[in-house]
Amino acid sequence: MEEEEIIDVSTFEPGFRDEIAAEPGGEYIRRCYSCGTCTAGCPVGGVTAKYNPRRIVHMALLGMREQVLTSDFVWLCSVCYTCYERCPQDVRIPELMNAVRNIAVREGHVPQTFRVQLEQLREHGRLYEIGNYDNERRAEYGLPPIREEAEAVRRILERRGWKEEQE
Amino acid sequence: MSRYALYLGCTVPVRGINYELAVRQVAPRLDIELVDVDGFACCGFPARPLDWKAGLLMGAHNLALAEAQGLDILTLCSACTGTLTEAALRLKEDAQLRQWASNELGRDYRGTVRVRHVARMLYEEVGVERLRSLVTVDLSALGLAPHYGCHYLKPSHLYDGFDDPENPQSLDRLIEATGARVVHYEDESQCCGGGILGFDEETALLVTRQKLDHVVAAQADAMVLICPFCAIMYEANQRRVESLYGTSYRLPVLYYPQVLGLAMGLSADQVGLKLNRVKSRKLAELFQGA
Repeated sequence: MEEEEIIDVSTFEPGFRDEIAAEPGGEYIRRCYSCGTCTAGCPVGGVTAKYNPRRIVHMALLGMREQVLTSDFVWLCSVCYTCYERCPQDVRIPELMNAVRNIAVREGHVPQTFRVQLEQLREHGRLYEIGNYDNERRAEYGLPPIREEAEAVRRILERRGWKEEQE
Repeated sequence: MSRYALYLGCTVPVRGINYELAVRQVAPRLDIELVDVDGFACCGFPARPLDWKAGLLMGAHNLALAEAQGLDILTLCSACTGTLTEAALRLKEDAQLRQWASNELGRDYRGTVRVRHVARMLYEEVGVERLRSLVTVDLSALGLAPHYGCHYLKPSHLYDGFDDPENPQSLDRLIEATGARVVHYEDESQCCGGGILGFDEETALLVTRQKLDHVVAAQADAMVLICPFCAIMYEANQRRVESLYGTSYRLPVLYYPQVLGLAMGLSADQVGLKLNRVKSRKLAELFQGA
């Protein structure tokens, strides 16, 4: 086995499961008995070995805090809720993934694509800008213009601590 | 006559105006009045993975604007539907959270707004019998493959069990009401992959590819869907999937309200059909201007 694949249990942080359970969405992590129903029906896991929800939940339960928070894989959940509907233990994995993501983000792990989206939200109040060009095009089809509401969204993001310089 | 605040979200008014056109054309013919509300912004879906409270507040902002006009919300995008429904339920059930959100927004929200996806509204409120009675054009030559997507049905606890997430029926019944034939295919409940497009395009498109393979294998004339992001995956990215994997689909993708409008005798222009990128001879023969 490759050196980097060997897990050193002395690095585990057993309190990680409690940290996740205290985060909204993560409450039910301790229910998981690793049956793998989530992974069996996962559309992302079906096309790539990079994402395996059972593995992530198991790593989290073991206390592999650093590995879980810094890995790409928690961001590969498409939040389709297939596993949510099927999980016999009602672990609510998509919510759990969002809880873990929220923790990762507080530690500074924000994927580039989300930084770009945040910038769009701050600038335009929406993911896609609606400028004069778009409103002219809408008018050609008889559709009403749309006014961007960036101010309200920017205020929400700033109140939540998402200030430009912090990213 | 029922009235709804029309919530377009981010994607529809820029990249799905054919969907918007069809909904705006069809609704008044079904005695549904749509009201445009000034100040609607993003539903909060993209903020939720980063900070759930930011996502919730963005949802609350939109809910509060609709409430101020005494209106429920009609959604076109399934991700918006999930995000706003969840926010509405949370804020309705948790008075403390609602008070906190109202304080944060500087805008009072009382928790009264109900959120409905347009397909659910058509299915439950208008009903398939009424829709069938309004059909004037024969679509029986068309075989249509329904794509329900994820957030229209799941998580099911948000949606009062109006349809079965493992074996959904509503879109099938809606398609049948137009006179078109429902084409079933392998793995119908499969996700479009859109949720991870920004993070890992290659993996997302692998998910997209599976359904395109299955729908084409079932020889459907078109895929019918009810979410603008699903359309981005199956229609806007169809060429990209074809060139990445050396496949050829040429599969038209239609929004359900377009199909309904066409069945009710609206023109291809009225339902924005020329904006649907993937053309087919069969659709062009059936609908002038397709």
